Amino acid sequence: MALLDVEDLSVTFRQRGKRTVRAVDGVSFSVDAGEVVGLVGESGCGKSVTSLALMGLLPRQPGISVGGKADFDGTDLLRVDRRAMRDIRGRDVAMIFQDPLSSLNPVIPIGRQVTEVLTRHRGLSGDAARKEAADLLDRVGIPDPTRRLKEYPHQLSGGMRQRALIAIAVACQPRLLIADEPTTALDVTIQAQILELLKALVRDSGTALVMITHDLGVVAGMCDTVNVLYAGRVVETARRRPLFAEPRHPYTVGLLNSIPRLDAGRGDKLSPIPGSVRDVLPWADGCAFAPRCDRQVEACVGEPPQLVLTHTDRTYRCVNPVPAVGSAPAVAEPAVEAGPGPAAEAGPESGPVGPVAEVDPVAEEKQSSVPAPREEESA
Amino acid sequence: MTITERARKKAEKLDRLGELSAARDEERGVSLWQEAFRRLRRNPAAIVGTVVLGLFVLVSIVGPMLVPYGPTDTIGIREGLVKSGQGIIPGSSADHWLGFDHQGRDEFSRLIVGARQTLLVGVVSTLIGLAIGALIGGVAGAAAGLGGRWGRWLDTGLMRIVDMLLALPSLLLAVSIAALLGASLTTVMIAVGVVSVPVFARLLRGSMIAQSNSDYVLAATSLGVRRSKIALSHVLPNSLAPVIVQATLTLATAIIEAAALSFLGLGNPDSAVPEWGVMLADAQPYLGIRPALAIYPAVAIIITALGFTLLGEAMREALDPKLRK
Repeated sequence: MALLDVEDLSVTFRQRGKRTVRAVDGVSFSVDAGEVVGLVGESGCGKSVTSLALMGLLPRQPGISVGGKADFDGTDLLRVDRRAMRDIRGRDVAMIFQDPLSSLNPVIPIGRQVTEVLTRHRGLSGDAARKEAADLLDRVGIPDPTRRLKEYPHQLSGGMRQRALIAIAVACQPRLLIADEPTTALDVTIQAQILELLKALVRDSGTALVMITHDLGVVAGMCDTVNVLYAGRVVETARRRPLFAEPRHPYTVGLLNSIPRLDAGRGDKLSPIPGSVRDVLPWADGCAFAPRCDRQVEACVGEPPQLVLTHTDRTYRCVNPVPAVGSAPAVAEPAVEAGPGPAAEAGPESGPVGPVAEVDPVAEEKQSSVPAPREEESA
Repeated sequence: MTITERARKKAEKLDRLGELSAARDEERGVSLWQEAFRRLRRNPAAIVGTVVLGLFVLVSIVGPMLVPYGPTDTIGIREGLVKSGQGIIPGSSADHWLGFDHQGRDEFSRLIVGARQTLLVGVVSTLIGLAIGALIGGVAGAAAGLGGRWGRWLDTGLMRIVDMLLALPSLLLAVSIAALLGASLTTVMIAVGVVSVPVFARLLRGSMIAQSNSDYVLAATSLGVRRSKIALSHVLPNSLAPVIVQATLTLATAIIEAAALSFLGLGNPDSAVPEWGVMLADAQPYLGIRPALAIYPAVAIIITALGFTLLGEAMREALDPKLRK
C-alpha cells in the first residue's frame, strides 16, 4: 500500500475570453513511504501545478477545477475539507519551494518562522519552541543556530535560506515532503549540499519525498522512481537505473540527449528537442509530443497513446517507443484503427477516464503493439 | 549518522565561505527597517526634511516658552505704533522682528506659538485618518486576499463606502464635516482626518492584496498556518511600508487643509490661540498695506509641508523593494 496514490489528477484553468488550459491532464503516480519519487519535465509540463494541487494550494476560484484522486494514507487530499487540510499541511505533508528568498517572510526573523509551525502543529511555545527551532536549524546544518534564529532572511546566504526552509518543512516530521525544484535558485555547489541534506533527511527519518525538477542530474542523484511528465501527463515511469540505462519514450530520450556530457567530443553540438512546449497536440487528438517527436508515425495522431506496462516495472505512453537495448528494433504496427472516432471532442467537463495501465506480459520487444482504442478522453 | 555529520561539517565550511563572499557588508542584526534607515541617512532630501521637521517640532514644543511677547498681547496698539484704521502697520524692527499684525500683536511671537497648534492638528488628524483607514483597509485587504468568496463580498462592501468618501473633493468634504460639527479645533482634526481615511484604506488594502499573492504567504499556507495568523503576522507587517510613507505625506496635506479650514473660519474660534491659517485669513484685508503679514504664515506652512513631503518621499525611496539590495 503506497503512502500517496495519485490517480488521474487533472487541473483545468478556465478564464473568460481565454483558451481553457488543462495544465495537468490525468497524472497518476504513487509514492511509497521512505521513497524518493521524481516528477521530471520541462517548464509548463504541469509539475508545479501537480504539487500545488496535492497541497490544496491552488486558489479556490470558479475557473480552476481539480479532478481525480490523491489518496494519502486513506484521505483524499483533493476532497478533504479545508479545515482538515490545514491540519494536514505542515504536519503530515510539507512542501519546499523553489525560491528560498521569496518563500521566507522578509520582515520576520527566521526563528519566528520556524516556531510558527511548531506552535501550530506541535503546541510548542516560548523557550521550548525556540530550543526546538535551534535544534532543527542545527539538524539542517546551519551553524550557530541560536544566533541565526534572530536574523532576517536577507541576512542569510541562499543556501542557508533553503536550509531554513527545509528546517521549517521537516519541523513536524511530515510523512510526505514535496520539493518543488528546491535547488533551481541556488548555485551549483550549494545545490549539491542541499541535495545531500535532503537525502540524509529522507534516509534518517523515513519521510517520502516527491522531487519535482527539470534537472535529470538531480534525478540521477536522488530518486528511486522517476515519472517523466509531458504536457500534463506521465509519459514514462521507471526505476532510476532502468530509466537512464534504456529510456523508452522518445521524450525521455530527448531529455537525456539534451544534457551536456563530459565525455562528449569537443565541438560536438548538444542535441536539443526541436520545437517548444507550446507545440503540443491536445492529448485527446493523439500524442501531445508527436509534433516534436522524431519517431513520429501515423499512429501517433488520432488516438491518445495508452500507457504500456512492461514486465520490468516500467510504463510508458508511446506507440512507437525507442527500442530497448539488446532487443530487435521495434516497429510501429500499422494495425491501429487510427480513426479519431468520438475521441476528438473532449469537453472540459469530461475529465479523462484515466490512463489505463496496459499489462503486456510479453517481452519488451513486442512493446510497440498498440492496444485497441479505448474510451480514454472520449466525451 | 556519521555520514550526515561529515556532510554537515563540509556544508558548514562551504556555507561560511559562501557567506563571506556574498554577505560581507551586511551587518548583524539588521532588520528591514534598520536597512531602510541606513539608506535614509544617505539621502540629502531626507536630511533636509528631517532638519526642517526637527526645527518645527522643537519650535512647537519650546517656542511658546521663549517668545518675547504674548501672542495675544496687543502691544502695538498700546504703544501707539499700530493704527490699522489709518493703514499704519509697522514692519520689522529690532524689537519686533516681523513687525505687528493688524491688532498690534507681535507677528513673530504669533508665528512661533502657532507652530504648536499646526503640529497638533496635523499629527492628530493624520492619526485619526490612519487609524480608521488602516482598520477598514486592513479588514478589506485581508478579506480580499485570503478570505475566499465571502471575503470578496466584504471587501467590495467596504471599498464602496470608501469610494463614496473618495468621490467627494477633499476640501469640500472637510468643509462639510466641519460645518456639520460646528467650528472648533476638534472639528478641524476630525474633518481633516476623515478626508485622509479613503487614501489609507485603499493603500493598505492594495498593499495587502499584493502581499497575499507572494511566495511566503503560499509557503505559510503550505504549513497549515491559519489565515488570520497569516493576515496579521505575515501580510500586515509587509504591507505597512507604503502606509507609513503615506502618513508622512498626509501630514503635509493635513497641515495645509487645516490651515484652509481655519482660513475659511471653520477652525478654532478662540482667537487667543494663534493659528497659521487664521493668521492668513486675518491678513487678507491688509494685503494692500502689508502683504508680508500673509507671506509669513504662508511661508511657514509651505516650509513645514515641504519638510514632511521631503521626508516622506525619501522614506518611500528607502523602503521601495525594487531599490533594495
